[in-house]
Formats: sequence, C-alpha cells, structure tokens
Amino acid sequence: MIVITVVLLGKLADLAGAPTLTLPAPSSAPLDWAGVLAALPPALADAADDPRNRVAANGALLADKAELQAGAGDEIALLPPVSGG
Amino acid sequence: MRDIRLLDQMLVPGTLIGPFAQANPGLGGVCTFVGEVRCDAKEQGGVEALELSHYEPLTLPGMHALADRAFARFTLMGLLMVHRVGVLYPGEPIVCVSAAALHRRDAIDAVDFCMDHLKSAAWFWKREKRADGWHWIEPRADDTRDLARW
Repeated sequence: MIVITVVLLGKLADLAGAPTLTLPAPSSAPLDWAGVLAALPPALADAADDPRNRVAANGALLADKAELQAGAGDEIALLPPVSGG
Repeated sequence: MRDIRLLDQMLVPGTLIGPFAQANPGLGGVCTFVGEVRCDAKEQGGVEALELSHYEPLTLPGMHALADRAFARFTLMGLLMVHRVGVLYPGEPIVCVSAAALHRRDAIDAVDFCMDHLKSAAWFWKREKRADGWHWIEPRADDTRDLARW
C-alpha cells in the first residue's frame, strides 16, 4: 500500500465531504502532524488543527499529536471533541 | 456476566433486560437505565432525527475500558451496556445500561457512573436533524460537571 488513510469523524467528515481520504505516503521520512496538515485541503486543515481534536494512529490514541509518524499503509483518525448529551 | 455492545439497529430494552437478570443468578438487585432520543419542543427547533457516528477501533474498546473501571469501583455481578449507532428517531432507545449486584447501591451507582461517562467521554459524535438541516452537537459544560462527580 502506498497511501496513508485519514479517517474523519464528526464535523470533519462533513468538511471533507467524505468519511475518509487518502494521502500519498511519503517516500522518505514518515509524515508528522505538520506534514499531515500540509497535505490536507486548507479548510479541512484549519479545522483539523483545533487543539481540542485528538489523533489516533492505527486505532491507538496518541497522547500528543507530536508523536505522529505516519507511513505507507497507516490509518490516522482525526477525532473532534465528542458530543455531549 | 458482562455484555457490552454497539447496535446498528433498533434497541429493544425488554429483550436485553430479562436475559441479563437471568444470567446473574443470586443477585440482590438490578438497576436499569434506558435513554431515548428526545423530541425537543418546536420552539427549540424540534429534533427530527439523531445520527451517531463512532470510530470502530476506539468506541467499543473504550466501552470495555469503562466497564473495567465500573467493575473495579463497584461490587458488581454483571454489567450490560448497549449503545446505538446510526440514525435514530425521537422516542427510540439510544442506550441501555443495566447493573446487577448483591446490594442495590452498587447497582444504582454503577449505572449512574457508566451513564455519566458514556454521555461525555465515550467516542460518539452526534448530529441532530432539525427543520433547517443537520447540526453537530458540541460538548456541553454539564457533561464536564457530570464527570467531576466521580
């Protein structure tokens, strides 16, 4: 697999117009958080950069977005704050 | 007895509660909470439908982790936690939590604990359909207050 899958939850899926999108996997160094933001459409990148959003990589929640190192075949999920009651 | 599930079709509490109690012989009490989709008054926009989305790798494991915490905190014999995903309409059950214990306080408190966490910290995203379209539901200050009880 030569892509990174980005799963979008909540209103981020609306902004993207789809529940997932794919980014070309980098050929050299893995993609960090800044790299992911740079690869997203600008309006989506703005919303994704909300500090309240959490990020999961391959189903595991990251304590800090700075930990992100995504390569070919990885799945990143962008998780906005969960809805209240 | 532990039964933790996500359901993408109609939740019928009656079909869950009886078998759950039966599966915990010798219990002293069962406490059950069923939450339904509210139909807010027309003046507040009137909810026509509610859609819940979730993220498979986190949502169900998160509910299991919550169940672990409930078992660690209260003296329980059994815990049932079933949550709907998908599109729901007003009046439809959205969540059912039932706890069985030897003593009532553990059962009642465990249900309260699970509900406060499910409502404010579980991995669900909700949007409501009102007359003017779909609206995402944002986190509420009440939810943070509810969590602070524990």
